[in-house]
Amino acid sequence: MELLSFVIIALLALGSALGLVLKRNAIHGALFLVVNLASVAALYLMLGAEFLAAAQVIVYAGAIMVLFVFAIMVLIPGKEETGPDPRRPWRVVALPVAGLLLVQVLAIVFSTRGPTPVGAPAPGGVEAIGRLLFGDYLFPFELTSVLLLAAMVGVLLLARRRPS
Amino acid sequence: MTVPETYYLALSAALFSIGVVGVIIRRNPLVIFMSIELMLNAANLAFVAFGHRLGSNDGQALVFFVMAVAAAEVAVGLAIIVAIFRLRRRLSVDDLSLMRW
Repeated sequence: MELLSFVIIALLALGSALGLVLKRNAIHGALFLVVNLASVAALYLMLGAEFLAAAQVIVYAGAIMVLFVFAIMVLIPGKEETGPDPRRPWRVVALPVAGLLLVQVLAIVFSTRGPTPVGAPAPGGVEAIGRLLFGDYLFPFELTSVLLLAAMVGVLLLARRRPS
Repeated sequence: MTVPETYYLALSAALFSIGVVGVIIRRNPLVIFMSIELMLNAANLAFVAFGHRLGSNDGQALVFFVMAVAAAEVAVGLAIIVAIFRLRRRLSVDDLSLMRW
């Protein structure tokens, strides 16, 4: 039963990822990416990461994708990528390269046994994540706020209209 | 029956490869950015799967930080794209050779 739902969600994720890469219209790609992010959130739920599933939907599928759709609508890239591709020979190489990468990673994944659990599994859930974030990871957590502030200042500087 | 973590890792590898293809074959910088998000997500999925296998929550904490960095990166990247679009009125990565000597 769990395997069946995993297969369905995985096919959804793979299909929407292919849709993002292969569709010419950027707005369709953005909607495909939303489906992909939502299915990854479902996988987080299956792995017992409820907090991350919620954060994925709110931060990624909500905030980040709204930003993307907004940028796509402002920049009107509907007319882009029409015309002949000036660097076609280079782009044809992409598929074999990515295929090789996939085969290599899959070989590693399926050939190694991976790490074995040490000791008893930690209790999951939102409370455990909160204790971890505000305990062991308190310093990186505070640094995150500095990073977001720096990004905000940088974006304001970049988006400012220069008086010419 | 429960799903072995290996399947999650395989799915993560497949999503990452699709993201690599997107970064290479697309010409629209916005779509390239979305493909990078796809790759970040694949890495996050691998983090959570490993955390699940190890019975530890550290993987989830790391994914939290990756999400924060991705949000900052998207904001700055989109601002750069908008600034470039204002400058040139075109949006194709093949035209962007400004920083190449």
